[in-house]
Amino acid sequence: MTNTMNSGEVISAGTAGKGQVPVLECRDLCISYRTRAGEVPAVINFNMRLMAGEAHGLVGESGCGKSTVALGIMRYLGRNGFIKSGDILLNGRSIVSMTEDELAQVRGGDIAMIYQEPMASLNPTMRIGEQLAEVPMLREGLGRKAAMAVVEKILAKVRLPDVARVVKAFPHELSGGQQQRVVIAMALLANPKVLLLDEPTTALDVTVEAGIVELVQELAAEFNTAMVYISHNLGLILETCESITVMYSGEAIETGPVAEVLREVRHPYTKGLINSIPRIDVSRYERPLTTIAGQLPLPSARPQGCFFGPRCSNFVAGTCDQAHVQMVPITATHASRCQRVAEIDWERPAEEGKLRQKAEPGEVLLDIKNLTKTYGKVKANNNISVEARRGETVAVVGESGCGKSTLAKVILGLESASSGAVELGGKDIGKTPVTKRDRETVRNLQMVFQNPFDTLNPSQTIGFQIGRVLRKLGGIKDEAEVQRKVLELLDTVKLPRDFVFRRPRQLSGGQKQRIGIARAIAGEPTVVIADEPVSALDVSVQAAVSELLLDIQEEKGTTFFFISHDLSVVRYLSDRVVVMYLGQIVEQGPTEDVFQPPYHPYTEALLSSVPISDPSIVKRKVVVSADVPSPSEPPPGCPFSTRCPYAIKGVCDKDQPQAKTFANGHQIACHLSAETLLAMQPIILDQKAS
Amino acid sequence: MALLMATVSLLLFAIFDSDQFRKQIAVAELGGFGVAALSEADYTDWIAKRGLDAPFLERYVSWVGQVFQGNLGHSLEYNMPVSSLLADRLTSTGILAFFFFLAMVPIAFTLGIVAGIKEGGLLDRIISIGSVVSTSIPQIATAVLLTVFLSLGLGWLPSKSAMVAGFSMKELVLPILTLLIYDVGYVARMTRASMIEVMSSNYIRTATLKGLSSAKVILRHAVRNALIVPVTLVFLQLNWLLSHIVVVEVFFQYNGFGQMLYNAAMYGDIEVLQAAALTASMVAVVSQLLSDIAYALLNPRLREVK
Amino acid sequence: MSHSISLQKTRGAGLSRLQLVLGLMGFIWLSLCVYVIFPDAFGAYQSYITLPAAAAVVAVYVLMFQMWRGSRIAIVGLSLVSFWIMVSVLVPALPLIDPNKPIAPFLSPGSSKDGLTFWLGTDMRGRDILSRALWGSQRILVWGITSTASAYFVGISLGLMAGYLRGWWDEVFSYLTNVLLSFPVMVLLILMLNYLGQSPFNVILAITCSSAPSIMRIVRGLALQERSRDYVHAAQVRGESALWIMVMEIVPNIRGPLIVDACLRLGYTTVAITTLTFLGLGLQPPDPDWGLMIREATSSAMVWKFAYMLIIPSLSITTLILGFNLIADGLRELSLRD
Ligand SMILES: Nc1ncnc2c1ncn2[C@@H]1O[C@H](COP(=O)(O)OP(=O)(O)O)[C@@H](O)[C@H]1O
Ligand code: SF4
Ligand code: SF4
Ligand SMILES: [Mg+2]
Repeated sequence: MTNTMNSGEVISAGTAGKGQVPVLECRDLCISYRTRAGEVPAVINFNMRLMAGEAHGLVGESGCGKSTVALGIMRYLGRNGFIKSGDILLNGRSIVSMTEDELAQVRGGDIAMIYQEPMASLNPTMRIGEQLAEVPMLREGLGRKAAMAVVEKILAKVRLPDVARVVKAFPHELSGGQQQRVVIAMALLANPKVLLLDEPTTALDVTVEAGIVELVQELAAEFNTAMVYISHNLGLILETCESITVMYSGEAIETGPVAEVLREVRHPYTKGLINSIPRIDVSRYERPLTTIAGQLPLPSARPQGCFFGPRCSNFVAGTCDQAHVQMVPITATHASRCQRVAEIDWERPAEEGKLRQKAEPGEVLLDIKNLTKTYGKVKANNNISVEARRGETVAVVGESGCGKSTLAKVILGLESASSGAVELGGKDIGKTPVTKRDRETVRNLQMVFQNPFDTLNPSQTIGFQIGRVLRKLGGIKDEAEVQRKVLELLDTVKLPRDFVFRRPRQLSGGQKQRIGIARAIAGEPTVVIADEPVSALDVSVQAAVSELLLDIQEEKGTTFFFISHDLSVVRYLSDRVVVMYLGQIVEQGPTEDVFQPPYHPYTEALLSSVPISDPSIVKRKVVVSADVPSPSEPPPGCPFSTRCPYAIKGVCDKDQPQAKTFANGHQIACHLSAETLLAMQPIILDQKAS
Repeated sequence: MALLMATVSLLLFAIFDSDQFRKQIAVAELGGFGVAALSEADYTDWIAKRGLDAPFLERYVSWVGQVFQGNLGHSLEYNMPVSSLLADRLTSTGILAFFFFLAMVPIAFTLGIVAGIKEGGLLDRIISIGSVVSTSIPQIATAVLLTVFLSLGLGWLPSKSAMVAGFSMKELVLPILTLLIYDVGYVARMTRASMIEVMSSNYIRTATLKGLSSAKVILRHAVRNALIVPVTLVFLQLNWLLSHIVVVEVFFQYNGFGQMLYNAAMYGDIEVLQAAALTASMVAVVSQLLSDIAYALLNPRLREVK
Repeated sequence: MSHSISLQKTRGAGLSRLQLVLGLMGFIWLSLCVYVIFPDAFGAYQSYITLPAAAAVVAVYVLMFQMWRGSRIAIVGLSLVSFWIMVSVLVPALPLIDPNKPIAPFLSPGSSKDGLTFWLGTDMRGRDILSRALWGSQRILVWGITSTASAYFVGISLGLMAGYLRGWWDEVFSYLTNVLLSFPVMVLLILMLNYLGQSPFNVILAITCSSAPSIMRIVRGLALQERSRDYVHAAQVRGESALWIMVMEIVPNIRGPLIVDACLRLGYTTVAITTLTFLGLGLQPPDPDWGLMIREATSSAMVWKFAYMLIIPSLSITTLILGFNLIADGLRELSLRD
């Protein structure tokens, strides 16, 4: 990257007017890593102006350089990273040219950072109180006692219950949400001017996330702290920030006030991103997802001209693949790095994805009756009854630890049911381990796994892994036939045929996931259990894999048993939804009904927690406490009674609620009367006129 | 742990209860070392006289009882109770072990920590290469080379450590050095690996980005976590030492536990061999236990579980 | 895209470089074993039966050199080890003085007698030290590699069963392991050799008993880790047998750390065998052996003037072990790279 290209590139977002000095400013910042393959530019000519009290969002898919920007601001780039050129100004002072001592003042003083993994960010052998007390002892030169007092005050401020206990606790004794609150408290202790948050809630459940986001916003307002909020979730940025920068392959490609950028998109990548995000308020029949073709270029192999060129539907040869594309101002605060920004018709609706027809589900294939699975004292699955019909998608949703994966394991025969039945085609297989099941049963029940990096055997070729299923379950003996089928399956999952030779490490996450799907459907199963098949993927890849699953279902009439914590994806993919909480089913019914009132109070809280990336939508807020009871000591009555805002004292905490049935077989297990439930307001209140 | 000790002792008892070892004792007791053959009748008599025809378990229990009373049998070679021989030799080896640990722990930990602070740095590279080389020289080779150069060549130190003229600190130097060369390398390596892992962890990043100086980050946050594994390893070195003491003591003719074990094996002093094997394995079991306890104590995550 | 894509490849078959190397190493090892175990099987041709293995050593060296090019340390280690393997393969055919024939005692390095030159001198019985040092490599390598291989076979089998099957298998094998690991290695070796009697076979047995438990622990740990990964679940879900999963799915994915460990363990085993000979246990005289050479010299030549008798075998064993350890280190470094 030469420096000549950035001349005139001064545009960056910022709501404040000219003249004021920004608290933090990045000027043509270039950051590179030294690797064995040579020097890799990770961030290129990055500009940002952050005014006091302003919150700026940084979005983009993984590997686009978001974290590198944050760590660069802290000048903490590890052994092989370095700031190649450009400057970072803190209140006009250059961080890049600071000495180590000055830097130590800035770190944790003027700028504090909060990271994705709260557990890993805390010293495991030091008590919380001591870790926090270090900050006031260092900054204000306080003694231990005085420092502890300060610490207790701040812990109360981040709304941790039982501060006295937390101070003495070790990190592992706190829940993920509590740990993140501790990390936030640590950051706030120094009263920083700028807070860098790198995916602070990505590892947390949605209801916990909602609580943390609310906290961060309140505190930032109170202390007038400016924030750089990094996330891959556009909706979250919309809810938390005033301005936004969208990054792609190391560059800012669009920047401006959040609502404006989302409403008046001026870059094809941003537009693609928005159109590939499923939403909890519309179904696949109303708004099919569009996908972005291709994948992120490797930093070492970026194309000539526009980095997004090879994936862009507006690409014009001779224009987009020539000189490096500059930021083009659109308004005073909004800019886009697109050569053709003036030529493209931005109002034209995106080329719609495939509009799908509702199909009638067939007979019941998988029938789970009163299934209970206990591990010692823990009831991982408690009296679960669900059925899945031919050709439909049944989704099981719930936050981590609610028993989703256990249910999948029992169905697949990796665990055996403690009581109750799992019937496949009328035969109970709940207590038969997979090794004892007959080949037909095994063939008919296959699985797609969550983690693309784990799902394939790293030492076998793709061809071998798919072929093995064909031989083993498909019963195909003829080698030429196996060969033909493997290639066909690669076609089905839309991967090039020469992938048969490849090994998993040569594939991207999305490609691996496609192979995982090909492997699952190779034996022509009637039921496929998909455990979070898209949750580890970036949104654009997520959309493509989701579409693939729908295509396969349409073509083969496969039944999907789909497990997820992501309500938007569930809304998009499923026909029926089962909501689980602490091992029990609290609500189930057709997807349309579950996402509309009446809601179970837990479902309502879940829905309200999901950020939506549409500025024209107004959401009703329901915040519940973040403390999920331990599965080994569930509350005696309704499992949700410890967090439920509607809980009826003396009833909910004593008696298990029975399921009430509403229209279309929609069932809700709650003590609230049917009238109360029916009178609930929808979570999506209104579409603001734009 | 108790179960493990019981199994180990039972196993040892069973091995030494075999005809093969019994005959060796019988031959020695009945005829002294000169007699080679032993008639069946004499042997049967001897067994009856010794009460060795009683049921196995009964004898095992009574043997354990004897062991607890400190009665470990009689050494034929030295013609003294095994227990006093053992006590004497364990003391000698204890002295050796004490100085060994005294030197090994601080040197190895320091080298490991220093190397691990900056992976790939100059110090790291020097220490790493040094530790590969030092762990590559087998104990006999170290003993030989040290003796050749420091004793035969330069004449600084005595080449034997038999301590014929009473206790001499000088005679301890070569055996301890021999043990140190390997083990400092080994423990330093492990410490380095642990330190590198800690230094690249996110909580070290947190500590640095709090604004702590790098000295504070290392001393307050890194070292404590990095030493958890090496500390447990130090206890396990006791087991290692019991193995390597044999060759070192034999080479330098140091009158310790290792040499006693070796002589007993070579000259068929069976009851000494049995006692030595029992002691060694019990020490090893205890060192494993200590190591587990240390791990649990140093690691807050395990502290409550226990 | 046509159907020309070969069938072989989808089966994951085809001779990989690793398999080739393993095959060649097996051949070298077998040749040496045959030579050492059946000293008279081939009469006059006995000295030449290991010669084909020399070609194999060169081939392995070249192949490994290419694989490990990225690590200078590994290459140095590889060269050291290959040197000794080459020596042990070539030594029967080299024009050396009979290593067991007493000629003239205490000759210093470089001196000549009866028209023979003793480049490294002679020992106290008058035998040629150069010849003894070179011949010594053969015994060490044959027994060292054989006992390590045997320990690995046992350790991997038990470790896989304990780690993958869990349950009773795990309980039983782990307990057995703990019992065996309760004996310091040298104590266990001395005890076993005393009980079983001294023979090469018993040395292998004793070393297997002392090494297999730690190998089993490592394999168990690795297998535990792998069994919780989704590709293993995927194999379970399609109804694969436990044997298939252990051998075909898990083993190929844990081979990296195992190869590193195997190099280290080859070092330990070689040291153990040398030490046993030094102590007068295990392999018996008079055939040349580094441990034995040190033993004999310490009892009769502890003088500066004759120090070469001690130094030469010490350096020989050290260079071999260093070779194994450097390979292990280099491989670890390489594995961290990708
Ligand atoms: N320590 C490193 N060494 C080499 N490359 C790195 C390193 N850290 C990040 N990168 C590369 O820099 C790019 C940006 O990474 P990152 O900032 O982590 O992205 P994001 O946070 O948006 O996911 C990626 O291509 C990544 O592979
Ligand atoms: S510059 Fe061209 S290729 Fe790049 S985003 Fe704009 S239209 Fe697409
Ligand atoms: S039963 Fe009670 S506690 Fe449970 S969800 Fe309904 S109202 Fe809330
Ligand atoms: Mg990141």
